[in-house]
Amino acid sequence: MAKIPVSMTVNGKPVLRWVEPRTLLIHFLRDDLGLTGPHIGCETTHCGACTVDLDGKSVKSCTMFAAQAEGASVMTIEGLTAPGGTLHALQEGFREMHGLQCGFCTPGMIMRAYRLLQENPHPSEEEIRFGISGNLCRCTGYQNIVRAIQYAAGKLSGVEFKEAAE
Amino acid sequence: MNDVPSTSQERAEKLEGLGCKRKRVEDIRFVQGKGNYVDDLRLSGTLFGDLVRSPHAHARIKSIDVSEAMKVPGVLAVLTAADLKPLALHYMPTLAGDVQAVLAEDKVLFQNQEVAFVVAETREAAADAVDLVDVAYEALPVVIDPFKAMAPDAPVLREDIRDKLEGAHGRRKHYNHIFTWEMGDKGATDAAFERAEVTIKELISYQRVHPSPLETCQCVASFDKVRGELTVWGTFQAPHVIRTVASLISKIPEHKIHIIAPDIGGGFGNKVGAYPGYICAIVASIVTGRPVKWVEDRIENLSSTSFARDYHMTAEIAARRDGKVTGLRVHVLADHGAFDACADPSKWPAGFFNIVTGSYDFPVAHCSVDGVYTNKPPGGVAYRCSFRVTEAAYCIERAMDILARKLEMDPAELRMRNLIRREQFPYQSALGWEYDSGDYHAAMQKAMDSVGYATLRAEQKAKQEAFRRGETRTLMGIGVSFFTEIVGAGPSKNCDILGIAMFDSAEIRVHPTGSVIARLGTKSQGQGHETTYAQIIASELGIPADDITVEEGNTDTAPYGLGTYGSRSTPVSGAATAVAARKIKAKAQMIAAHLLEVHDDDLEWDVDRFRVKGAPERFKTMKELAWAAYNSTPKGMEKGLEAVDYYDPPNMTYPFGAYICVADVDVDTGETKFRLFYALDDCGTRINPMIIEGQVHGGLTEAFGIAMGQELRYDEDGNVLTASFMDYFLPTAVETPRWTTDWTTTPSPHHPIGAKGVGESPNVGGVPCFANAVNDAFAFLGATHIPMPHDHWRTWMAADQLGLHAA
Repeated sequence: MAKIPVSMTVNGKPVLRWVEPRTLLIHFLRDDLGLTGPHIGCETTHCGACTVDLDGKSVKSCTMFAAQAEGASVMTIEGLTAPGGTLHALQEGFREMHGLQCGFCTPGMIMRAYRLLQENPHPSEEEIRFGISGNLCRCTGYQNIVRAIQYAAGKLSGVEFKEAAE
Repeated sequence: MNDVPSTSQERAEKLEGLGCKRKRVEDIRFVQGKGNYVDDLRLSGTLFGDLVRSPHAHARIKSIDVSEAMKVPGVLAVLTAADLKPLALHYMPTLAGDVQAVLAEDKVLFQNQEVAFVVAETREAAADAVDLVDVAYEALPVVIDPFKAMAPDAPVLREDIRDKLEGAHGRRKHYNHIFTWEMGDKGATDAAFERAEVTIKELISYQRVHPSPLETCQCVASFDKVRGELTVWGTFQAPHVIRTVASLISKIPEHKIHIIAPDIGGGFGNKVGAYPGYICAIVASIVTGRPVKWVEDRIENLSSTSFARDYHMTAEIAARRDGKVTGLRVHVLADHGAFDACADPSKWPAGFFNIVTGSYDFPVAHCSVDGVYTNKPPGGVAYRCSFRVTEAAYCIERAMDILARKLEMDPAELRMRNLIRREQFPYQSALGWEYDSGDYHAAMQKAMDSVGYATLRAEQKAKQEAFRRGETRTLMGIGVSFFTEIVGAGPSKNCDILGIAMFDSAEIRVHPTGSVIARLGTKSQGQGHETTYAQIIASELGIPADDITVEEGNTDTAPYGLGTYGSRSTPVSGAATAVAARKIKAKAQMIAAHLLEVHDDDLEWDVDRFRVKGAPERFKTMKELAWAAYNSTPKGMEKGLEAVDYYDPPNMTYPFGAYICVADVDVDTGETKFRLFYALDDCGTRINPMIIEGQVHGGLTEAFGIAMGQELRYDEDGNVLTASFMDYFLPTAVETPRWTTDWTTTPSPHHPIGAKGVGESPNVGGVPCFANAVNDAFAFLGATHIPMPHDHWRTWMAADQLGLHAA
């Protein structure tokens, strides 16, 4: 199949690759750019393991063509850690609150939570639960993910989240 | 030379050993997207495999034409059974003593069964070619309902074994019959029923469900023709077993096979077995000499890899009028699908279903299980439970509630009257188990006190009266369950897999500078083994957990082990870890005695050091002893400080728990909300309370999914109706209840650190708790048993059948 050029900004760096028109964004990120943080869990937009941030919105990169992201600015989990290696408050919160187990949903879940906190820096528990309901986790039962996001929301606004993981 | 003085307690806390809510080591990489899962692997020259699958549930294959598929640019090969047969690889052995078709030869036996394997340069080319493989089928009548499998005129499903009257577990009664398995004293049980003052009998079905880890099953096989060596990276919960099976069926010597399970994105039993895709990828790599990657999609995962449950249990309890149970009789019809690929220890075709007497003191019991073939996918894995234990727990916990209703007794009170008493442990159950330890009444009482049980029942009574008066359309249900798990398979006297005893292993090496690497035969899929095993070693050896690396999943480096499932890692490998550490400690003590010039009996252990009794200022720390082990050992003692242990558990462990939940059911919509879920778990000694809580949360959420919506459904033609997350229910954060966790601690008397295992308890106890709550909501209106799953539609139907929607 004839290839087409696709260019976009990924984690702050411009990229250009020739890909088949049917190449999905998730395969573009994982196979062409080697960014294996976003995962594939269902191919049907249900699980959210492939969630990345695209022009200020959460998108599920498994049901979007790479070509549709032409000219866009994309951020994956790999772009969340500061250049010096300092973890983002969400990454820290997920560890502090035991918000992950197998880790497979985690990159998508954190990227979704990142956008949620951009849109709503002080979400209630209900708002967090609704806000991450497009991302499935099979391990944690979500309760500690909610705590992790609360922890990060607090830290980002200078308020320490007190509740321990147990 | 010696450390800064500090108290024993301060030094112990710094170790982050047993009982510490230690943050997980694994998380550092996972939160940065730096996990290393199978599909992340990039080997140069990798080919991609994709499977052609059957659209029919039962059909004869008339012909397979691969010519068009081979024309797709980038396609190298299309494998069919005809290619595998000369290698004797068109069938593979299952863990249950049956065989399973790798690629279908003459017939397909379930929808989406594997028929051909395309190998191509890209995943897209492989997918294109799959569409062009032309298979001609002649449809055959299907068997979907297990109750019709043994009808005299039922279609013959397994023509390959049609005339084989002896199965792996004895005589077969019918060509679609697999086995009959019995436990207990039938005569005494029948007699108890004849004498009984009260009896109940109910068909309690546990629907077919699927574990659905978020990562599907996948592998990369790479055969090195020059060395004659095979390396397979895969989603394997039991890497060593995969290596042995691969060697036995491929005839490649076992030392030339390297199995690597990297990070695994959840397992829950789904990744115990060997699947046709693995075999095909291996063969394709041998044929092409290049690495071959095979990654299932979600439809394939849900519709072809191992399901769980599909147990249809007819339960009967005999009791006195005062509620004391006097006998239990259970017959199970088990739907194993097209091949018996049930993942159980070899001698246990129905797993440990004989734990069905539960937590109660039944003087006599009898259970029997008949397994049958149907036109559904093979499997029968333990979806987050020990082998068939959650089926047993659901059965007995529903049956006890049904008995309570018949006796007009509170379900908690009925349980209290029948729970095994503390002084009865070790307890011999009527169906052959020896329960190791427990204080069931204390746990049940603590649960009831914690939720305010009596107050809840009073509220429910008031709500029921309001409902009868027409003042509300909401019913309140209180779910109670008390479960006993049986985990830690298992003792070699009765547990093996394909003839290999179900021990497990740990190898610990202490380096000269006092840091450690430990390698184990188990394999974490999210349970946090890298964190918790280090905590065991930290407490045993006085070495900080942060100085201990735990490695699993590489069969070249790890000692042989049977893998992680059935909550066996802590009971078996956790024990091996403690015992191996104690071997090291014993050697360190001899070295300390040598250095301090005292008899080793004159030394005592203090957190991280051996000190001279009565002279605590004279000591050698483990760090010092590690260094000494490499240069100043006593005469005659070999250098080094390492040990390995293969632990053969003397008994299973028996975690238990008391769960109570409260549901509010809208009779007009069928919608059910859980306002409270309280889970008290007793898993013996607690290694990491944070991780235990996380395991309980996760297990309860999976139980919620099963009880409230999950079901693999098939239409009458055998078409799977639930092959994506559109139709197969996985709970989101919105509907998932809030969990309250609690615990009691009754150490296992036979485990080196008293731990029992916890990962699966919440699924075992959770499912009946949810189901009992929904049933309890309707019970006062005359409902006896409403089957799972309790989704809105079925709950609405239940309300409708009770006449609650009449104008």
